[in-house]
Amino acid sequence: MSIASRFWISLILSLPMLAEMIFHPFGWMLPGGEWTMLVLTTIIMAVSAGPFWQSAWASFQKHHSNMDTLVAIGTATAYFYSIYAMMTHQAVFFESAAFVTTFVLLGQVFEERMRNNASNAVDKLVNLQAKEAEVLKNGELVKIPLSEVTVGDLIRVKPGEKIAVDGVITEGSSAIDESMVTGESMPVEKGKGDRVIGSTLNSNGTFMFKAEKVGSDTMLSQIVELVKKAQNSHAPIQKLTDQVSNIFVPIVLIISILTFLVWYVLLGASVANALIFAVSVVVIACPCALGLATPTALMVGTGRSAKMGILIKNGEVLEAVNDITTVVFDKTGTITMGKPEVTDIVGDQKQILPLAASLESNSEHPLAAAVLTKAKAAGVKVTPVTEFQAIEGKGVQALVNDQMAFVGNDKLLADHAITAELKRTAVKLQTAAKTVVYVGLGTQVIGLIAIQDTPKATSKEAIAALKTRGLKTVMLTGDNERVAKAIADQVGIDSVIADVLPADKADHVKALQKSGKVAFVGDGINDAPALTVADVGIAMGSGTDIAIESGGIVLVKNDLRDVDLALAMSRKTFSRIKLNLFWAFVYNVLGIPVAAGVFYAIGLTLSPELAGLAMAFSSLSVVTSSVLLNRAKITTNVSEIA
Amino acid sequence: MIRILVLIVGLLLIGFIAWWFFGKHAVATETASVTNDVQEIDVDVNGGYSPEKVVLKKGVPAVLNFTRRDPSTCLDRVVFPDFGINRELPKGEKQAIQIDTSHPGEFQWACGMDMFHGKLIIK
Repeated sequence: MSIASRFWISLILSLPMLAEMIFHPFGWMLPGGEWTMLVLTTIIMAVSAGPFWQSAWASFQKHHSNMDTLVAIGTATAYFYSIYAMMTHQAVFFESAAFVTTFVLLGQVFEERMRNNASNAVDKLVNLQAKEAEVLKNGELVKIPLSEVTVGDLIRVKPGEKIAVDGVITEGSSAIDESMVTGESMPVEKGKGDRVIGSTLNSNGTFMFKAEKVGSDTMLSQIVELVKKAQNSHAPIQKLTDQVSNIFVPIVLIISILTFLVWYVLLGASVANALIFAVSVVVIACPCALGLATPTALMVGTGRSAKMGILIKNGEVLEAVNDITTVVFDKTGTITMGKPEVTDIVGDQKQILPLAASLESNSEHPLAAAVLTKAKAAGVKVTPVTEFQAIEGKGVQALVNDQMAFVGNDKLLADHAITAELKRTAVKLQTAAKTVVYVGLGTQVIGLIAIQDTPKATSKEAIAALKTRGLKTVMLTGDNERVAKAIADQVGIDSVIADVLPADKADHVKALQKSGKVAFVGDGINDAPALTVADVGIAMGSGTDIAIESGGIVLVKNDLRDVDLALAMSRKTFSRIKLNLFWAFVYNVLGIPVAAGVFYAIGLTLSPELAGLAMAFSSLSVVTSSVLLNRAKITTNVSEIA
Repeated sequence: MIRILVLIVGLLLIGFIAWWFFGKHAVATETASVTNDVQEIDVDVNGGYSPEKVVLKKGVPAVLNFTRRDPSTCLDRVVFPDFGINRELPKGEKQAIQIDTSHPGEFQWACGMDMFHGKLIIK
């Protein structure tokens, strides 16, 4: 029988006894008196409370106890004592057993609904998927179910349709609403060569794209997987409740027996009164509230964050966020756009760029890419080089037209000559936040190339928001000190650690950890060690490749402002967990003594019925408080984020 | 006189509760048997889990069949935090839960309210 029907039976049969309780002072008597009560309560006990006894007995045999143990013992005591009292012509309290059952079931009906509410956020994500796709097969477009789409398929997407899987646009363009995956509310313009994400919505254009990831490899599937794990993860704070929950019920039973003994043996109360106190103790205790406090809040909090494009990996991360004092940022791609561009060429224009391009054509460095792009745009021809050699952490050198040529950073200046004028120009460029690349022949620097990677439009606001939170901001970069300082000043970063080799990033994070907990924000491409070392690693996503493995928090959108939002969301969730736990503990710690009659002297006592009501509401209130986390206002210091 | 008797009975009851719930009692353990390259174990959910400790072989696909007989809402979900599994257990229905056995270790599972626990050992 469902809980709801058990509740209704219990409620309807309790009503006559409620009427008796209310109207008794006015001289109204329940027809049949105690006999009617006995019959009504017996039905409630058998039908509505029976399952409690069944479950309590099953767990008792396994040396376990639970909520049902308490309810079963409480109601059984009240019921069987009343039968005994009836036979010996004393006052009965059948109604206590009936009301407690009704209230407990009422609480469970609501609680069940709330718990389902809390856990279905992920199911909603899965339902976002398109059901079918229009695939080009043998020159014809055919509709096939989503599960049959394979990597390499060419898929057509018409206006208003959902994109089936992850891929790259091969033809056409459109504005795409990616809010369901990234949380970004504005549609994104996409054209040939751009990546599209499965399950996002095409708005106005028609385009073809090539499937790159299908099934469980798609971004949405990965997000769903991650969120599921997060929602069911353990927060360290739960260790306390784990321990308490194991001993809670037996302890309450012992307290209840002691209560009876103290009242009956020591204070000389009547059996009935002593029993009422003992039953109240059993009924008011609520281990469920303790057990539900953390998981429900974690579930709602991580689910809501996921909808905003912030994936919090587990409860541990959530807890760690609270103690963060410093936020460390990687520069390239995190604070800046990550798309360096050549802005100035100093020296003989005809010579510098071709020389640099020839040397850099074999390099994979991002700055090399900028030089090559510029060379291509200027129509410069690349000369093949020989004896190519990378100078670790400095640059590259090779033979170009039988002359030794080099390209690299400041560190090359130790071995090569440079004119005072070029040096001055270099400093000037660096102070303007431009990275300077030195180009030389033989031992002489003959020219400079200035490359700029501009900060993202939102970086300044994002940093300011973190500073209002009282966090220290630090930027880590492999760039030159002056360039780094200039960028830091533009966006408002507190301090800069420059000239850091990629491999040393993690060590610098470790050093910073000596003065407090550190969060590291990076794009996850070459920051994996630093992300792992930091107390909280925040990986910024770019496109469909989300650095799921490395970060504790993954920002799906490539927007630095989400760092603040992620911190706000984690803190809110964690404070809700603490609030829930506080309430659950305080409720039990205060409720049990009151029910035991400790405050009898000042007139504060609880009948078993009221104790049952309080119990039902305590676990309900914890779950409600968690579900309300979905609506709670998140105070961020950044604008435009819903 | 009767009060003394009640006192003695009450104290005995307390002693019994302490021994029954806090004393060391054997936990039902079961090792999965492998048939057709799949290891399967039936877990009965009634006042807790039996077996409470399940031993699985590493690398062999595993299925745990949970059947809830207990009417309590306490046990209406089973959660494997390390595997991201949170499954509803409708009463009297067999629910097959696939376990990824690629990593060895000890993993906990629990009911939806974290009151009842079971342990999974993959080796």
